[in-house]
Amino acid sequence: MARTISYMQAINEAMAQEMERDKTVIVFGEDNIGGTGAPGEIDAWGGVLGVTKGLHGKFPDQIMDTPISESAFIGAAAGAACSGLRPVAELMFVDFMGVCFDQIFNQAAKFKYMFGGKAKTPMVIRTMYGAGIRAASQHSQSLYSIFTHIPGLKVVVPSNPYDAKGLMITSIRDDDPVIFLENKVQYAEEGEVPEESYTIPFGEAEIVREGDDVTIVAIGRMVNMAKQAAESLSSEGINCEIVDPRTLSPLDTDTIYESVENTGRLVVVDESNPRCSLASDIVALVSQNCFDSLEAAPQMVTAPHVPPPFSGVLEDLYVPDAERVAAAVKATTGTSAKA
Amino acid sequence: MTEVAGSTELGREQLLDAYRTMRMIREFEDRVHTEFATGDIPGFVHLYAGEEAIAAGFMAHTDNDDYVASTHRGHGHAIAKGCDPRAMMFEIYGKDEGLCRGKGGSMHIADLSKGMLGANGIVGGGPPLVCGVGLSAKVRKTRQVAISFTGDGGANQGTIFESMNLASVWDLPVIFCIENNGYAEATAQAFSSKGIDIAKRADGFSMPGIVVDGHDFFAVYEAAGEAIERARDGGGPTMIECKVNRYYGHFEGDAQTYRAENEVENVKAQKDCLMLFRRRVTEADLVEESALDEIDAEIKQYIDDAVRDAQAAPEPAPERLLTDVYVSY
Ligand SMILES: Cc1ncc(C[n+]2csc(CCOP(=O)(O)OP(=O)(O)O)c2C)c(N)n1
Repeated sequence: MARTISYMQAINEAMAQEMERDKTVIVFGEDNIGGTGAPGEIDAWGGVLGVTKGLHGKFPDQIMDTPISESAFIGAAAGAACSGLRPVAELMFVDFMGVCFDQIFNQAAKFKYMFGGKAKTPMVIRTMYGAGIRAASQHSQSLYSIFTHIPGLKVVVPSNPYDAKGLMITSIRDDDPVIFLENKVQYAEEGEVPEESYTIPFGEAEIVREGDDVTIVAIGRMVNMAKQAAESLSSEGINCEIVDPRTLSPLDTDTIYESVENTGRLVVVDESNPRCSLASDIVALVSQNCFDSLEAAPQMVTAPHVPPPFSGVLEDLYVPDAERVAAAVKATTGTSAKA
Repeated sequence: MTEVAGSTELGREQLLDAYRTMRMIREFEDRVHTEFATGDIPGFVHLYAGEEAIAAGFMAHTDNDDYVASTHRGHGHAIAKGCDPRAMMFEIYGKDEGLCRGKGGSMHIADLSKGMLGANGIVGGGPPLVCGVGLSAKVRKTRQVAISFTGDGGANQGTIFESMNLASVWDLPVIFCIENNGYAEATAQAFSSKGIDIAKRADGFSMPGIVVDGHDFFAVYEAAGEAIERARDGGGPTMIECKVNRYYGHFEGDAQTYRAENEVENVKAQKDCLMLFRRRVTEADLVEESALDEIDAEIKQYIDDAVRDAQAAPEPAPERLLTDVYVSY
């Protein structure tokens, strides 16, 4: 039965259901059970923004706190994964990936290949990305492109509560390392989510909105911006199709190509920085594979090539908004100057 | 409170300076706390109130050309290191006249002209940086020192172990200060480390490891002074662990459900660094109450003005979004 819950609750529920179903699923991270046992304590923190709140009470043996030692505990997730557990490790902010990158991209990501296909590494790293809460340059980045660049990692960026639950369950059951990126601004966003357990396959994009004038490929929170833009453009007679890839690796190129072949136009909306990004990658793939269908140069709507600023007025300019998406769409339909 | 010989070395002016530094930090932090509650201050703010004696005790020995690498809880280190509190207040409000032009905010307060390498949003980010500064000072033979501040939580980060070893094998003029306030966010130290004294880890790197009461300015002052002098003289690095308490939540808005009722009130009543300092210097007839009261009033006015002006100050111009990056596209 579906009821309305938040993006954060959806992720929490997915972990709870998987921990219940499979005792080898273990969850750890900083402040997950922090404070428990302290006088006056009501509930553990459940991580910095409370995504794992309540899990400690239900699964005391499957959830652990870690010291602030990301290199060690992210590496430990890889070790645990290749020896019989299914760890879900929380790296608070994706920005902190720098601290433990070796364990992810030289170790976990390469076990299967380097060991001739013999290793199984069923681990999930949950982490937060995205600007919008005035958290400045080291807590606001959208680094998913970096993981997508590394062979051996699966990269998941859910754009809504329903997908967050289904994709989290798939991530936990997957036998490979998965980087699961949660948008911190979307945690409170609500949507219909079934109570029962369900999975969403990797590599299947969702057509969020059908249309035949322009294809907008939007990632994570940017799906919301694309929807707003599409809404306003429809009153001007421009009919946008929105594709949400849901997983960046594997990437459902078939759905993207098919859509572009119908519309002849492409706009990619990606909150990360523009160089060597998901946006540039998708534009390149489409240019190479759908060249004959294209009626206009593909457009990218991204953050500028600068770190996220602290100042609210600057940060609001940093994150792509619906107006910029609409301008890019118009640039492809020729109804306005280039975005 | 332990009796410390160092206190008598300090002249009246130095004592007043130390008090002024601590009071400025306290007033700054208390005011940011109340202003944050009104919703006017954006972003993550981590307050240093309660820990003032550490910043003041260390920085009483440093000059502008010595360096400090701070933590996410950086306002106190910045003020003690000589950063302009008014420009810091503007920065916390994200304003164009802020110390970092509104681009960094509370978590990245920095001023290289004062040797302040920055508050840091990455726990464990600072220790490697001070090794670089220490190497620079050693190669250039400048007698500068570099101090990194790290919390008890941050003390578990690999970077500090690597940095301690590097500083030790290179004999760098570096001090590793651990500010042990018992918590890393909501996680009490017992959840994240089995040891009692973090300073014991210094043994493994062949450097002195010293524990002091971080509420006691004089204890910190003396331990820091010895270590800094040794470092300037080529005697290599030291780790100093200061046991202390923080008065506010991990960040502003934290309800602190993980702390015992009255935990903070009890510390404030018994160990507040400003109170201890006042008692010590007035009982020994080193400074009169009235001189300290005057400082309190002056600083209160200063912070009132800074907050009022910061609130009214202009935002950065939109073009500023694209400046200051190393490569522009
Ligand atoms: C690499 C990294 N991991 C985690 C965090 C999140 N974080 C910020 S402050 C903090 C706790 C730090 O505790 P401690 O070092 O004891 O300093 P305190 O806050 O007590 O001053 C954590 C976990 C971070 N900013 N960077």
